[in-house]
Amino acid sequence: MGLALVLALIVAPEDADQGISQRIFYIHVPIALTAYFCFGLGAWKALLLLWRGNERNDLESYVAIHQGTIFGALTLITGSIWARASWDVWWSWSSNQLVLFLVLFLFYCAYFMLRFSLEEGPRRARSSAVYALFGVVLIPISFLAIRLAEDFIHPTVFTREGPQMTGLMFATFCLSWAAVTLLAYVLYRVELAGKRLDADLRELREVLQ
Amino acid sequence: MSWSQAELVAAAYGVVFVFVLVYVAIIAAKLVRLQRETAELLELARGREVAVRRDVTPSVEAADEA
Repeated sequence: MGLALVLALIVAPEDADQGISQRIFYIHVPIALTAYFCFGLGAWKALLLLWRGNERNDLESYVAIHQGTIFGALTLITGSIWARASWDVWWSWSSNQLVLFLVLFLFYCAYFMLRFSLEEGPRRARSSAVYALFGVVLIPISFLAIRLAEDFIHPTVFTREGPQMTGLMFATFCLSWAAVTLLAYVLYRVELAGKRLDADLRELREVLQ
Repeated sequence: MSWSQAELVAAAYGVVFVFVLVYVAIIAAKLVRLQRETAELLELARGREVAVRRDVTPSVEAADEA
């Protein structure tokens, strides 16, 4: 993470068009990709729950979606800052990519409203899983919108001809992506372990009392 | 209010740093709570063990005497 920060903020060359603000790319895009991945993982775990009926997958799906929501919020905030730095706007409702990502984010925010409005148990697990699976449809739409829209606010960087950046910029991006993915993985494991421990302790308390 | 590009870059990275810091702080607070609960349950389990021994010991002694 430290190496990625040094590369992104100091070593990587400055973009000729956007200047220093392009450095937000190295944090914004990996965070956005990680958010997509977390939502996808949440949906996959939800599918496993419905398919195999393993209750462990319910907690895994919930934690993955929780992580996705955190990274989603960071995507919106860093994206908004980047838009202000490069294009002098905080937000653009005319950009399909931005609006679709906001819809995806709000959809998964509503997941928590659904989950915590139901009593704990198999019914809640199944309802949450079905909801998480519906949301996965929005991920490819949101991801592909950047290519379909081709507007000024979200230029396409990765084309069929390869990444439209220098080798060092691409290496910095890859390292930043790896660092953010690793951070998300560690946070996922820690939160999952905490939730499992919490559930085990609650069960133990019921047994002892 | 006008912001320089460098300030906005610092703000973007700063926001991520603050989010991660808050997240770690929440996890740390949760760990402290879990540690306290574990200690309470351990006390409860030890209390139970002592009570069980008290219940068992007289009957064992009675059996020995018989």
